[in-house]
Amino acid sequence: MGTKVTKSKAKTGSAGKYPLNETKQLELYQKMAECRALQQRAHDLFMQNLVKGTTHLGLGQEAIAAGFGAAMREDDYTFNTYRGHNHNYVRGVSMTAILGELMGRDIGQLRGKGGSMHITDTTKGAMGSYAIIGAHMPIAAGAAWSAQYRGTEQAAVCFFGDGTTNIGTFHEALNFAAVWKLPVVYVCENNQYMEYTAIGDVTAVPNPAADRAASYGLPSILVDGNDAEVMYETAMAALEKARSGGGPTLIEAVTYRHYGHSRADPGKYRPDEEVAEWKNNRDPVPNYRNKLLAAGMDESKLAAIDANTEEMVDKATEEAKSSGPPPDEIAFTDVWADGGAAWRN
Amino acid sequence: MAQLSYREAVAAAIAQEMRRDPNVLFLGEDVAVAGGVFKATVGLLEEFGPLRVRDTPISEQAILGAAMGAAMTGLKPIAEIMFSDFFAVCWDTVVNEIAKARYMSNGQHECPLVIRSANGGGARFGAQHSQSIENWAMAVPGIKVVAPSNAADVKGLLAASIQDPDPVLFFEQKSMYGTKCAVPEGDYVIPLGQANISREGSDVTVVALAAMVPKALKAAKILQEKHGVSCEVIDPRCLVPLDTKSILESVSKTGRLVTVEENPRLCGWGAEIASIVGEECFWNLDSPITRITTPHIPLASVDVLEDLMIPSVDRIVSVVSEMD
Ligand SMILES: Cc1ncc(C[n+]2csc(CCOP(=O)(O)OP(=O)(O)O)c2C)c(N)n1
Ligand SMILES: [Mg+2]
Repeated sequence: MGTKVTKSKAKTGSAGKYPLNETKQLELYQKMAECRALQQRAHDLFMQNLVKGTTHLGLGQEAIAAGFGAAMREDDYTFNTYRGHNHNYVRGVSMTAILGELMGRDIGQLRGKGGSMHITDTTKGAMGSYAIIGAHMPIAAGAAWSAQYRGTEQAAVCFFGDGTTNIGTFHEALNFAAVWKLPVVYVCENNQYMEYTAIGDVTAVPNPAADRAASYGLPSILVDGNDAEVMYETAMAALEKARSGGGPTLIEAVTYRHYGHSRADPGKYRPDEEVAEWKNNRDPVPNYRNKLLAAGMDESKLAAIDANTEEMVDKATEEAKSSGPPPDEIAFTDVWADGGAAWRN
Repeated sequence: MAQLSYREAVAAAIAQEMRRDPNVLFLGEDVAVAGGVFKATVGLLEEFGPLRVRDTPISEQAILGAAMGAAMTGLKPIAEIMFSDFFAVCWDTVVNEIAKARYMSNGQHECPLVIRSANGGGARFGAQHSQSIENWAMAVPGIKVVAPSNAADVKGLLAASIQDPDPVLFFEQKSMYGTKCAVPEGDYVIPLGQANISREGSDVTVVALAAMVPKALKAAKILQEKHGVSCEVIDPRCLVPLDTKSILESVSKTGRLVTVEENPRLCGWGAEIASIVGEECFWNLDSPITRITTPHIPLASVDVLEDLMIPSVDRIVSVVSEMD
């Protein structure tokens, strides 16, 4: 059972309907660079034993979150998985809040009550990180239903993995969203593995999301998830369709995770050549930097982003480290809407 | 006051709340055009239209997930799970998502939704369509659990559940849909977490829920007339929040406690009440606490066996009359 490196079918290059000016290109680069630095820092802190519990890094998958982050409206909703630091960050959750949550500090986004797998900021439309495979797919449909009913032209975007296409909620949510014509965009980040098993070994079709789209009356969309501009354009088209009453979109974005599934997983089940190919030749962050340079972008603008990113992540790390653990009493808050935990009188 | 059936009270409560609040929506399988398989939601589509009353595919996880997503974004959905047994196919959404959203997000998420479901036995539907699962729900922190025993309580408690800012599982006992009683007209709301003293008495406290309440009341009458035993029947109506105060006060007065539970024996709600009374009211007890439950077996379909398993009036009379 070999693993396959999917690239041939993936679409690359600009379709041109949503032209990117320099500001937007720099925004895409900046978002990816910041996600990369944040994820790398989370990894380093983990290796220093400063991260409690587990972490699932989206390192290597930044272009997808960046493309959507740059395309979405502020009041749109995002739903993502435990591998969700990129998605939360591009919606505006701060590095300090994310790193603080990973380290179990009071300054953390959820004061330690959620942890790495559950980053949420409803004020930014970041509607949560979900750790039960597929569970958030119908919830995203519900947020889209709400937007449809309220007539706000908001859209919901739901990110999930290739492995998620084999659980029931994937199919329930897509049918439901299609029948109700909901303004929701489902984005499968096909990083080609579930935890440790290659997706091709356990899936009846070669493209786990795109090949299933027809079952829900949706077009098959397979794109290069490591190309930020492709992701931006794909996002723009899907969001436009959602807002104009055209219903849901299912996108399969082919990508790869640089590290293992979670924390200390060395990812040894993946062939060395495959990992090397994706890390050395298909890494979305340096590739985009090089592409912009080749197209004539002033290097100093990119260098300024790089420098600022390093500074940001160092500052966030220090802020998070300087915060203590949360106070004991918050263990008993916010079970109920009254703020407490009482179940009897 | 009008005489309404238990099923009419369901529709009356939903209509009352949908009239009051345009953000109340209703979804489920066969609930709109057909008015529900138990005909408990007849007329809602006609009054409120297809944007607010919606038929869904057979997708329990999608139904509850959609309700949750809508609740998190400002609406107040009511979802129907046709038979409570089917919670087993969407329990993740209830337990891992809905129940934990507020806590895990450090108080950011709101989840004001109601999930209604036909619960319990007596309809001869067999083991996959007859379970009483209120004790599953009670075991999960973060959801409120309501189980009314008559049409008036259905109206008042369902209205309160819809208004409640927390997620509520609302169990309608399916053998009771046809039962009638006087139900207050106009807006009617019963606060959650208040037990009802269905009958006052002095010798023994009988705590019963849903379909067990009318049985306990019948038994109490017989016990008074034939055995001279005075039963106080308490209907908690809600398991979460639980009105322990009313129960403890009653047991302090009577010195005896019997629970009558339709759920199978292990970890039934009566065990929790027995434990609370044992810990907090032990010195007022004159007799061991006794639980009357369905035995710890799946329910059979045939009437003679189902009736043998679910607590009956005779069983209550015989257990209580033999207490010290
Ligand atoms: C219902 C359920 N089953 C299994 C798991 C354990 N699990 C966590 S992540 C994961 C792999 C998911 O793969 P994929 O959807 O491709 O996402 P990726 O981790 O690659 O981003 C599994 C099996 C889970 N969290 N939930
Ligand atoms: Mg995967």
